[in-house]
Amino acid sequence: MNWLIAILQGALFIALAPLLAGWLKYCKCRLQNRKAPSLLQPYRDLIKLSNKKPVVSDHASWLFITAPYLIFSATALAATVVPLVVVDLPTSASADVIVMVGFFAFARFFLALAGLDIGTAFGGMGSSREMTISSLAEPAMLMAIFTLTMTASTTNLSGAIAHVLNEGLVLRPSFVFALFALILVAVAETGRIPVDNPATHLELTMIHEAMILEYSGRYLALIEWASQLKLMLYGVLIANIFFPWGISETLNPKDLGYGLVAILGKLALLAIFLAIAETLVAKMRLFRVQEYLSFAYLLGLLGMLSHIILEASR
Amino acid sequence: MRSSNWTSDFLNQLNKANISVVTSPLNQISKIEQWQIQSSHWNEISQLAVEQQLRWVSGWAEHIDKQFFVNACFEKAGLYIVLRTQINTDNPELPSQASVYPAANRSERHTQDMFGIRFIGHPDNRRWTRHQAWGKHSYPLRKDFSVDGEPEAITPADKDYPFIKAQGAGVYEIPVGPVHAGIIEPGHFRFLAVGELILNLEERLGYVHKGIEKIAEGRSPESLARLAGRISGDTTVGHTWAACMAMEQAANIEIPPRAALIRGVLAERERIANHLGDMGAICNDVAFVFAQMQFTRLRENWLRSNVLVFGHRLLMDIIVPGGAKSDISADSVVVIKKDISRLKKELSEIMPIIDLNSSLEDRLYTAGYLSPETAAAFGTLGYVGRASDQDYDARRDAAYPPYDQVEFKVALENQGDIASRFWVRYKEIQSSLKLIDQFINQLTDGEILTAWQIPKPNSEGLGIIEGWRGEITSFVRFDAENKIARFYPRDPSIINWPALEKLTLNNIVPDFPVCNKSVNGSYSGNDL
Repeated sequence: MNWLIAILQGALFIALAPLLAGWLKYCKCRLQNRKAPSLLQPYRDLIKLSNKKPVVSDHASWLFITAPYLIFSATALAATVVPLVVVDLPTSASADVIVMVGFFAFARFFLALAGLDIGTAFGGMGSSREMTISSLAEPAMLMAIFTLTMTASTTNLSGAIAHVLNEGLVLRPSFVFALFALILVAVAETGRIPVDNPATHLELTMIHEAMILEYSGRYLALIEWASQLKLMLYGVLIANIFFPWGISETLNPKDLGYGLVAILGKLALLAIFLAIAETLVAKMRLFRVQEYLSFAYLLGLLGMLSHIILEASR
Repeated sequence: MRSSNWTSDFLNQLNKANISVVTSPLNQISKIEQWQIQSSHWNEISQLAVEQQLRWVSGWAEHIDKQFFVNACFEKAGLYIVLRTQINTDNPELPSQASVYPAANRSERHTQDMFGIRFIGHPDNRRWTRHQAWGKHSYPLRKDFSVDGEPEAITPADKDYPFIKAQGAGVYEIPVGPVHAGIIEPGHFRFLAVGELILNLEERLGYVHKGIEKIAEGRSPESLARLAGRISGDTTVGHTWAACMAMEQAANIEIPPRAALIRGVLAERERIANHLGDMGAICNDVAFVFAQMQFTRLRENWLRSNVLVFGHRLLMDIIVPGGAKSDISADSVVVIKKDISRLKKELSEIMPIIDLNSSLEDRLYTAGYLSPETAAAFGTLGYVGRASDQDYDARRDAAYPPYDQVEFKVALENQGDIASRFWVRYKEIQSSLKLIDQFINQLTDGEILTAWQIPKPNSEGLGIIEGWRGEITSFVRFDAENKIARFYPRDPSIINWPALEKLTLNNIVPDFPVCNKSVNGSYSGNDL
């Protein structure tokens, strides 16, 4: 039963990711005084791309066509580790948060290789920028996550969330720092403004888009879907770790229903905040990203220090 | 303040240097003089000109009988002269002016490619307009080259252009374009970069060469005006006006005052529409989409009023030789006035939001710096020049009707960065709104079209107006029977593109798009 729920939850994760992207787009459009496309537009785009014949460069190796499948699978596996509707997951027990970060790194590694594979200037440029940014983002993310896991004394996400739920509403300075650190990292890792602009057509400014510039058809669909999934993953991490209330602790259908409504509401709210932030700021100069991510790291570090000094000594 | 007797001083100086000059007026209407000199003095005179701080404006050649006429236009204090020399077609050679005036560089290369004239001492005599569409020794603008050309089935790719190379650890090349990820005009940019830092940028243009100069030959005045309106779609009013002004000079006719006012309204409306679009696009390039959406909306409303008043969104083909084709009715005056007050109000709400956004400020200030010295050396025009303290505006300094009857302020900034080019545009919108208001108020009843008179064979004109990108000069020579013998429109982009190469230096690669957008040169206007 547990495993069935875990698989169903993973499938739900994958199925809902484009909807979140559609909602985010809707919010941004409304904030810019525009009419918005339908919430289902990302699904239509994915179907359209899947039905198109992919065009692959003559210079591409096997890596280029294998990478989209690897990227999508790794991101999907990462999604199964994160509790979405219900806390207690067998998948969470078998793979902890560090494995999740590992899945991300695995996907990124192949994305960067695919960017280099076809040998265009833009692919290489994108890969190099992605690596620069991720080498700064990953430590910051781990620092934020370690703060949490030290509080809960486990790196298992189910355990951590259950711990926060049991403690009730306690304002921990360490969590506030970790939350902001994780938000900053999430924005950088999912290629949102002000770090990257997912909607740009300017090759020279791209990071994520530069790596996938040569992709088309179903390969592009898989990569797009994987990025939507990644965005949702970060959203769920932030929502369920820091504000876990509403998540189901049992497997009875009523609680599961509440859990689903709760996470949808939390994600919708998060997307609104993200849309507002993206509307208010312009993209940073590329060399400001280091400062930005160093700040995220600093916040993570402060979170951990305040945990050790203020909380762990009790 | 602006003395006009520099020409006599300069002539005296040339006399002292033993350079003989024959001066005559270019035509009966304009104040422009043509100075005939020996071809051997071509470079020497440019050295004296640069000492006198003359600005190099434009250069073009003509094929007349067995000779090439080579022209170079200079300006100082709003007064223009056309330097002219003749060379033989058998062994066409001329000392280059590009070593003295960097602005002449690409223009001379264009002449070299189109006429086969060799410029001796040119600092960079690689081909420019010439891609692979013509054989090695065919020169399309010579009279013996047919308009149809000698096209091959498929033009071979232009892949062996000798770009500047750099060597050393960590230096790499980034080729960009001519096909881009977005929908823009085709142009190739070759970056040499270390990491993200740009060491050098080289532009390779010419992908939208349409043979404007060649297909202009033999046209009627009306037909040339239509062609001029299609040199660069965003400057249709500017180019049509400049071409018509040149033809009217040659035909020795003056346009009615009402037609001049209508032309003024058209040109200012075009300027505002383009500036609004550019300001939005600059913000969009740093992912500040909110501003772009607002400016796009304002521009769209503005263009819709164009339809109401003139019947065309981009105002094409309304200026015709001798005046204007459509009048401004009493109803239209109301529409225009309402437009002005609405745009003023909307801008007063949007601009503070942009001004106060620190993330935008961080991107636009200090980036893409063009020093006033470099701007002056390249003769940079329009808002690019005026953002780098180049205080020149043909509307004020070489005033032509209707600008000679109005008061307005020329926008000026001196920081030379992207923000300056952004704010200069805003200031220009403000003064354009005031100008339109004055023109509308001055509208008096009268004709809007003067009857055309067939110009004498060989008569010529040089139309100079301030388009929205900057000064446009348009040269026209007539044949017998009212036909065009030579047409050379000089879009401000031809002068401003090299400035982009300079202002990009020492920026980082991802900042190039916004640098480019802040200059917004026309590819089509450059390639002709």
